[in-house]
Amino acid sequence: MPDVTLTVDGRKITAPAGTLLIEACKSAGLEIPAFCYYPGLSLQAACRMCVVRIEKVPKLATACTTTVSEGMVVQTETPEIQQARKATLQLLLGNHPLDCPVCDAGGECELQDMTFKYGAADSFYAEPKNHREEQKWSPVVYFDRPRCILCYRCVRMCGEGMDVFALGIQNRGSSSVIAPNVPSQLAGLLNSGEDQAQLDCEQCGMCIDACPVGALTSGTYRYKTRPWEMNHVATVCTHCGDGCKTTLGVRSVTDGSEIMRADNRDKSGMNGDFLCNKGRYAFDFANSTDRLTAPLVRKDGKLTPVSWEEALNFAGKRLRELRDQRGPESIGVIGSNRTTNEENYLLQKFARTAIGTNNIDHHRTADYVGFAAALAGRVDATASQRDVLSAPAILLVGGDPTQQAPLTAWNIRSAVRLNRTRLYVANHQDIKLKRQAKAFAQVAEFGYGAFIDSLAGSEAFATAVRAEEKLVVLIGNELRGADLAKLIAVFPAAKVALLADYANSRGAADMGLLPDALPGYQALGSSAVAAEYDAPAAPGKNLVEMFDAAAAGQLAALYVVGSNPVTRYNVDPATLKATFLIVQDMFLTETAILADVVFPSSNLYEKAGSVTNHYGDLQLVSKAGDRAGVRSDFELIVRLADKFGHDVKQLVPFGKRQAGIRADMGQTRGAQAGEADRHAVWLTANSMEPKLSPFDPFAILDEIQRLVPGYDKLLRLQLLSGNDQHLAPAAGSLVQIANRNDLVLPSNDTLFTSGSLTAYSPMLQDVQRHESREVADRLAAD
Amino acid sequence: MPQLVSHPDEVKVVSRRFGQGAAEIDKYIELDGYKAVQMGIEQGPEWIVNTMKASGLRGRGGAGFPTGMKWSFVPKTSDKPKYVLVNGDESEPGTCKDHVIFLHDPHAVIEGTMIAGLAIGAKMGFIYLRGEYRYLLKIVEKAVADAYAKGFLGKNIFGKQGVDFDIITQTGAGAYEVGEESALMESLEGKRGVPRIKPPFPAVVGLYGGPTVINNAETIANAPHILLMGGEAYAKLGSERNGGTRLFGISGHVERPGVYELPMGYSLRKAIYEVAGGIKDGKKLKAVVPGGSSCPVLKADEIDCGLDFDQMAKAGTMLGSGGIVVLDESVSMVEFALRTIAFYQHESCGWCIPCREGTDWLKKTLTRFHAGGGNKKDIDNIQYLAENMMGRTFCPLGDAAAMPTLGFIKKFRSEFEEYLEGVRVEHPLIHIKPVGELAMAGAGH
Repeated sequence: MPDVTLTVDGRKITAPAGTLLIEACKSAGLEIPAFCYYPGLSLQAACRMCVVRIEKVPKLATACTTTVSEGMVVQTETPEIQQARKATLQLLLGNHPLDCPVCDAGGECELQDMTFKYGAADSFYAEPKNHREEQKWSPVVYFDRPRCILCYRCVRMCGEGMDVFALGIQNRGSSSVIAPNVPSQLAGLLNSGEDQAQLDCEQCGMCIDACPVGALTSGTYRYKTRPWEMNHVATVCTHCGDGCKTTLGVRSVTDGSEIMRADNRDKSGMNGDFLCNKGRYAFDFANSTDRLTAPLVRKDGKLTPVSWEEALNFAGKRLRELRDQRGPESIGVIGSNRTTNEENYLLQKFARTAIGTNNIDHHRTADYVGFAAALAGRVDATASQRDVLSAPAILLVGGDPTQQAPLTAWNIRSAVRLNRTRLYVANHQDIKLKRQAKAFAQVAEFGYGAFIDSLAGSEAFATAVRAEEKLVVLIGNELRGADLAKLIAVFPAAKVALLADYANSRGAADMGLLPDALPGYQALGSSAVAAEYDAPAAPGKNLVEMFDAAAAGQLAALYVVGSNPVTRYNVDPATLKATFLIVQDMFLTETAILADVVFPSSNLYEKAGSVTNHYGDLQLVSKAGDRAGVRSDFELIVRLADKFGHDVKQLVPFGKRQAGIRADMGQTRGAQAGEADRHAVWLTANSMEPKLSPFDPFAILDEIQRLVPGYDKLLRLQLLSGNDQHLAPAAGSLVQIANRNDLVLPSNDTLFTSGSLTAYSPMLQDVQRHESREVADRLAAD
Repeated sequence: MPQLVSHPDEVKVVSRRFGQGAAEIDKYIELDGYKAVQMGIEQGPEWIVNTMKASGLRGRGGAGFPTGMKWSFVPKTSDKPKYVLVNGDESEPGTCKDHVIFLHDPHAVIEGTMIAGLAIGAKMGFIYLRGEYRYLLKIVEKAVADAYAKGFLGKNIFGKQGVDFDIITQTGAGAYEVGEESALMESLEGKRGVPRIKPPFPAVVGLYGGPTVINNAETIANAPHILLMGGEAYAKLGSERNGGTRLFGISGHVERPGVYELPMGYSLRKAIYEVAGGIKDGKKLKAVVPGGSSCPVLKADEIDCGLDFDQMAKAGTMLGSGGIVVLDESVSMVEFALRTIAFYQHESCGWCIPCREGTDWLKKTLTRFHAGGGNKKDIDNIQYLAENMMGRTFCPLGDAAAMPTLGFIKKFRSEFEEYLEGVRVEHPLIHIKPVGELAMAGAGH
């Protein structure tokens, strides 16, 4: 679109023709107030706040529905306009309860802000306000009707944005009210009583986020605190592989910092406006009273709280003894999908260089080794999360992003809705995204190989997909090994991504939590890392083999960091009887309960570092919450290595390496790793080398950049500024391992589960109960 | 069937078949029915549009937009089907003209719809009746069925190969708002009856996204007559820039209330005092609402003006829907204002803030005022509310509520002030129940 020039409040501004006036003004730094306007949603022109005076237009015009044109002359803040806005506010406030002192939105309410701006302080009305009782729509969504200003953002967000259509408008005129749409199957069951209103939806809470006032409030946050009593920390959600930025509101409590809520007020993330149920509410595991806050050592068969010194000493020395007595091949290490890249890198380095074994693995939720192998030699072949939103065409093979990668689903829907992206879906199930698809190919269960073969054929689906020039191919975790390679080979020019499950599944694979590949999927025998590590050249035991070895009495010790393989892989607890088991976890999981030593560790919301989402987008995680008595996994690995008798400086290149300069143990910057980002930005800006403590994850970032192919491209300033950056996975000499299908075990989480954490999130439990009630009601109605 | 009225000053065009049994198709054909549409098929769309333009016919729904011009705005070619939509959602209080057309001459609406279809290249028309006119639906449906039976509707109408036209009838569910054209389309599509953002206008993006001509039922019923008599002849019947004749529903305190067809520009005074027989029981005229309840009221000394769009605008009011409501001296303007605003409060669709909240506060304030709990500041507040609704709402409904309110307050302010002093204008028939304790409870300021 060509640019047009218009005059706004005497200023010449330029915008592409067809731009909405309200957006053109925003770009020029002129804010036009609006309640109902929300970028990306359909236009309403209902609130009449954005009225402006346009020359040659007889009435005041709404800036949200007017497109700019050449020579347009606009006034946005004349006395006439201010009066119009003030009068509208007076009308709204006439029925508003004005319970701002207790309202959740108090302090971050658009109605408050506008009233403050336009000074609608006088009231003319003697009559009582219209009132309705507050309603609980679901465990996470409450509705306070009197506060509602009927901007319909929630209705559109739910319908257009989420494709759920759980909300509608009841009645008309001044009786109009937002209400859950009752599914037709339930209509007969529900009484007309308003307290029956229930939301049958994805419980994403997007309606609450879009609400400009305090009408929709969060079931987990309401009436808990005031916005100004919290610090707001933008970090990355731990739950799925999409990598949404979530802003955690934290408040100091006696034993640390409690996370009060999560939202997406920081819209700089790749998720923009979006957060799903888990990203918004499922931080509550961090506040669980079940959290471990003291190290445990098994004494007389019972796990007993002991001091950190005792626990670390015992674990380190025993591990060393066993390694020395029974050899490094008898020790196993299992890492996590939810720990940072730095922690994952450090863990495998500890296993390979300190213990001297390749017996390291993690719970793999997608075949990233196969993925990297299939992409070997290709440049710019991977899609970023942001690519999904701008792709002209998307092919989705397998997977169900609506359940497992909600942001990917949101971006696909947004792309189809806003950019007319052509979506092709091939799946063995009728996944919800079929509704947005231009074409759907039914795949037989376990029949993806045959489907890929059919893509060479002449069927309409195949020809349409092949005709796409700029294609993004999203691949579900059903596809592994040969299938994966075959599919990627069909589209040599496409950008591809492989969808996995948790915040750092991709990072765990990239960082080399694999028995047969070094960081960056480099070969064990000969590569830059191998040369530096001096690790064994033979592949170690994978996760399944470790438990087999344990059952055979050949696993002397197992070190499990942030993982619950006993449940996930259905391990018979008896197999670990003769194995010395060290577990680092937040909770006494089914694995931890079998351990000889348990270290209470912090979670992703309580530490700094970086994670890589399933697209390969690297992001910073920042420390938000804090819990007295826990340590980060990074610190624990370093301390264990120290007690193990390893030279910590070999493990973490902290401090200055020049002779005569003492290592900086954190004195120069405070011990809080969470402050690393700000401090390091300052140091970098001043051309100074950050001095790092051995417990600071950034101490190892240099080494990751130096040794892990793909990560060499990362820009530290981008990372520390909180921006996401897309990294291509390693290319070049990649290991080829046959038949790794067994090792990939997708967790297939739904919107309301998150692996082992599910059990520790009261919110997820509540929502599941709500969900099962809805289903039961529906069955009863049938 | 209600009694028909007549007066020698009437010029019968659209009403010429009233009372002659033209609801029966054979009678309709006998009275020149379905000739105009066949002429239209012969002469082609351009001729139809030009004739309509020449007739000076302006929309009879109330806005007075030139019909020929409206038809010419529809794009010649379109990827989506085009539609003709007949707005029979006659809901403006005081208006009952479409009602008599559907009752006496439904085929004129059908034929007019077909003519509009020919003019814009549509193959389908919809006749939308207000929900409360459900009893008229039987008559219209029978007329449509008869037309199909004769081969006037359906495929190859009048035996002409390739000329198709279908008509579907539909009723609303009882909302004033869907008389607004875009809300009507929403309603017809099965959605909530709220208006759409314009532009795009219906001529470009209308029903189901297709180019749509939407006309009032009376406008449409005029089309066959115009084609038969010629555009210029029709134009000459009316006044300058206001072609033809119009149905006026004169109601209230007159001797002979009813629907009269008068030439555009006819004197309002004559319409009241001669055509409708003057004020009932020899009482004095107090005020006239000239075009349905949304038009600002005229005082007794302001009725020397002609009944056309331009002259009424000059008089500070509107011709509106042609529903003339005559009020005699026994009417309390406070009561009348409350009645009027109670209607708009009830009918506001709730979409935009100024209308939804404004009508509600107007009604609440007037209710208390009327019940005797008012004070002087209320009069200013009512005016302030109405002034701040004017021109600020999403659709004209807000204006429709604000305009008459401003009229009442500005022209009868003294009566409102006297009302506070306890002076009452009592009417033996009109009686609004005093409001309950709730409204009084808040009246203490």
